[in-house]
Amino acid sequence: MINLSIRQLSEMLQEQQISAQELCAVYYDRCVAHNETTHALITQRQELCAAEMLQAEKGIETGQLLAGIPLAHKDLFCTRGIKTTCGSKMLAEFIPPYDATAVARLKHAGMINLAKTNMDEFAMGSSNEHSAFNPVNNPWDLSRVPGGSSGGSAAAVAARMVPVATGSDTGGSIRQPAAFCGITGIKPSYGRVSRYGMVAFASSLDQGGVMAVSADDCGLVLAAMTGHDPLDSTSAPEKPLQWKKPNDTSLKGLKVGVTQVWIDSLQDGGVKKRTLEAIEYFKQQGAEIIDINLPHADLAVSAYYVLAPAECSSNLSRFDGVRFGHQANDAHNLESLYRQSRSEGFGSEVKKRIMIGAWALSAGYYDAYYLKAQKVRRLISEDFKQAFAEVDVIACPVSPELPFKHGEKADGVSMYQADKFTIPASLAGLPCLSMPIGFSEGLPVGLQLIGGYFDEQSILSVADKYQQDHDHHLRIPEAFV
Amino acid sequence: MNALPKNLGDRWEMVIGLEIHVRLDTNSKLFSGMKASYGASPNSQVSFLDAGLPGTLPVINQKALAYAIRFGLAVDAEIPPVTIFARKNYFYPDLPKGYQISQMDDPIVGKGHIEITTEAGEKVIEITRAHLEEDAGKSIHDKYDRYSAIDLNRAGTPLIEVVSEPQMSNAKEAVAYMREIYTRVTHLGICDGNLQEGSFRCDANVSVRPKGEKELGTRAEIKNLNSFRFIEKAINFEAKRQIKLLEAGDKVIQETRLYDADKDQTRSMRSKENANDYRYFPDPDQLPIRITEEMIEAQRQCLPEFPAQKIQRYVDELGLKADDAMIIANDINMSTFFEASGKQSKAQADLNAKFLLGEFSALLNTQGQSIEDSRIDVVSYAGLLDEIESGAISRKVAKQVLDEMWESGKSASEIITSKGLGQISDVSALNELIAQVIADNPSQVADYRSGNTKMFNYFIGQIMKQTKGQANPVQTKQLLEELLNE
Amino acid sequence: MSINRKELEEIATLAQLNIPEDQTEEITASLNQVMGMIEHINDANTDAVEPMANPIGGQQQIRADEVTDQSHKDELLKLATHADEDHYLVPKVIE
Repeated sequence: MINLSIRQLSEMLQEQQISAQELCAVYYDRCVAHNETTHALITQRQELCAAEMLQAEKGIETGQLLAGIPLAHKDLFCTRGIKTTCGSKMLAEFIPPYDATAVARLKHAGMINLAKTNMDEFAMGSSNEHSAFNPVNNPWDLSRVPGGSSGGSAAAVAARMVPVATGSDTGGSIRQPAAFCGITGIKPSYGRVSRYGMVAFASSLDQGGVMAVSADDCGLVLAAMTGHDPLDSTSAPEKPLQWKKPNDTSLKGLKVGVTQVWIDSLQDGGVKKRTLEAIEYFKQQGAEIIDINLPHADLAVSAYYVLAPAECSSNLSRFDGVRFGHQANDAHNLESLYRQSRSEGFGSEVKKRIMIGAWALSAGYYDAYYLKAQKVRRLISEDFKQAFAEVDVIACPVSPELPFKHGEKADGVSMYQADKFTIPASLAGLPCLSMPIGFSEGLPVGLQLIGGYFDEQSILSVADKYQQDHDHHLRIPEAFV
Repeated sequence: MNALPKNLGDRWEMVIGLEIHVRLDTNSKLFSGMKASYGASPNSQVSFLDAGLPGTLPVINQKALAYAIRFGLAVDAEIPPVTIFARKNYFYPDLPKGYQISQMDDPIVGKGHIEITTEAGEKVIEITRAHLEEDAGKSIHDKYDRYSAIDLNRAGTPLIEVVSEPQMSNAKEAVAYMREIYTRVTHLGICDGNLQEGSFRCDANVSVRPKGEKELGTRAEIKNLNSFRFIEKAINFEAKRQIKLLEAGDKVIQETRLYDADKDQTRSMRSKENANDYRYFPDPDQLPIRITEEMIEAQRQCLPEFPAQKIQRYVDELGLKADDAMIIANDINMSTFFEASGKQSKAQADLNAKFLLGEFSALLNTQGQSIEDSRIDVVSYAGLLDEIESGAISRKVAKQVLDEMWESGKSASEIITSKGLGQISDVSALNELIAQVIADNPSQVADYRSGNTKMFNYFIGQIMKQTKGQANPVQTKQLLEELLNE
Repeated sequence: MSINRKELEEIATLAQLNIPEDQTEEITASLNQVMGMIEHINDANTDAVEPMANPIGGQQQIRADEVTDQSHKDELLKLATHADEDHYLVPKVIE
């Protein structure tokens, strides 16, 4: 069962070979069985929601493809009546009275929410070690990190605790954990998926996306999440994504951009080898490989660490202990209520970013840092525009390294620098995905595919083609078979 | 009340700039679909967004944009092609998100100006800008000893903040400016003008400097003034306080102060002690808003005539007395009634004005009703005017008919017919008419008085001719006899 | 760019966070490390470059002035640690 694609599961449901209830029970049991070892989930639902089951059964009757398919939501998607912690002590007891638009849409499509997945606190981190709850373990090697911030979603899919999970990506938070856990993850174009009901980290960068076994699974679920939302001013007016699994699977004539300098810079031999192999595959399939130049991309991490903290410092001001969230119990005046509630509720990485952001926006620094970083963002975005004038997709590494051991990276800045391949496309708002392209030292390696603005179809198609000819994405870590 | 005592006024001058907060009269809030009315029970008009819950996002209200543009046009301001919302970051319990969505670099209304009139004459005050922003909630400090209670109903209601240049040099000018802005926003229909409810309130930046000095002195900001009377008192108190400090060799501290109307003094606001670094930056939850020519044109079509223009037109085109024109034009409800009835009735505008300000206002006053919900509507009122204009009834009878109309709800003509008031039986009207006939025919009068009693019927004939037979014959005969035999 | 202890205090005040005495040095160092990294943006020549606030170039959506939401008073006050039946409560503020 757990080897089946969403299309296959859907067929079984439609043909009544299995009921939604039974399918959910299979995954429900796996959630229970494997959370001890992975810590992939923060909240498991004790019982399935009757309304969701009803919606699923109705959907199955009317032939809705996703109806009856279970999933888990990253714990920053607000789920009505279900605890939404955002990986933080601040929201440890927060039960939102509303659904995020993405959650509501998937519910409407008949999908069944089994659990909320673990994450770096407020989506800030690349290792999941910044969760206020237990850090997630990588199913391929429990002593290693699953990546972050959507590490819980990645681990849950890798361990097949759910067939698919939502994630969010601000600077790589879907792609890097997908690569670390050997699954497929897509961050769509900025504006594709409504941000309404997603606890904000950096508003101009955050995008909801999907983490699943295959590109096809990702495409199907992503399509159901997209479309204009009147509740989000930055939701694009475009029609929902129409993911069409291509019949013609040839890559002939496809122009694949490759950032050779990035590949050359890879220190990890295994990552480099797999990356080159994947590119060689494209070439053999008839794709034209074009070396592209993104001259400002090496400034992306620096610009990002001005912009994202600046937005986060403001976005997280609402957590003051007054109306919701953690409140310190021994505050003697208003200021101590604010300071203590926030100091107790937020972890160290979140506090650090809030302070960086407050500083970057403060009088005297705004022009030199915030505005300057926005200009650098424009330059990076222009670099991509020029590249996409020549190529259809860009193929490049996701992470320069393999999943590392818990506690191995104490230095924050080196962790930040490891996001150097994922952050540029985030700044430009482009769709990008990560797919498994093999293993090194028994650990998964991912490849990043970046598409032109609103061209999710191309990157999903290329990944789908790759996955028809390879089975890396179908591998399951031994302990979870 | 005088600006400054003469001894101080000789040496010092005031510089005043105002920031006026105008609450826009929209159905829903600036960024949420929650009702934006005043006076609901605490926290009953709060959406998830208004409470700042995580994941909620702002979506701008079209009408608030439209109203802000309309205001801009009414003060001859530039409306830039793109406007941007920015976040003003600070922590306060009535500010749910920890930032206020406001505007910084690209406000919706640019430089404009208005003209004010005081005893000293006319003066142009420049408006620096006006921007859209969301209001904060309310902190209630007197409910508990140890707590402040927070009501977020007001949080998110739309405001425009109108910022003037520091160009007013005494409290009278400040009041005149505030009144002029008030008149505009209420005539524009964008603000209900309710001062008690805080729909129109003002922060005054006050500084003083030695007469002739070019440089501005250190200013203090007096917060939340919501009455024309208090603003004048507050400014005068504050200026005197600052002069006293400076004359004693002390310094004025730049700070926020509150005016205490009971004590007639200003005091420093402790809660705003720390000069905040608000860290303004463009709201990343929203995109720049393009203001199109069509949006502006649509608002231009909504611009009403302002009192000053109206007074001019009433005098020049309708022949009203200046005093009457001013009273009617300055009251939007009265001028609406006046103009509507003018369209319905054939009566002279001057008669309409006189009757409106006289008999009709008196009746409304007695009945304690305001003109906009008068029991006698524009059509009935116009009907009554026509009866006066045609001479069917005198103004004196009209007063009686008006009272009848109020009581019975019947039209003027119905009352006149049913009560036979259409015949001219009104003693004073007849008296006037007869006196005129007598005055117009001196030789016939002399003839009659010298004994030619047949001439009596000549006069009756004249009166009937002039009243088209409407004069009450019995009364006419009696009155004519009295007057001729005087 | 680097900050000292006093500036750290100012930033912590803006952010409404406490900096425990024994962590002051460590936090200052880690912020300075990030600030050092950020410094690289100055390597770019951004003359005549328009700042980019958001990847979306499109039109801001505008909402009709309609009341589409209803009261959530009970749900909202329930989320607060400290509230009476009508209000959120905070330690007394003196204006």
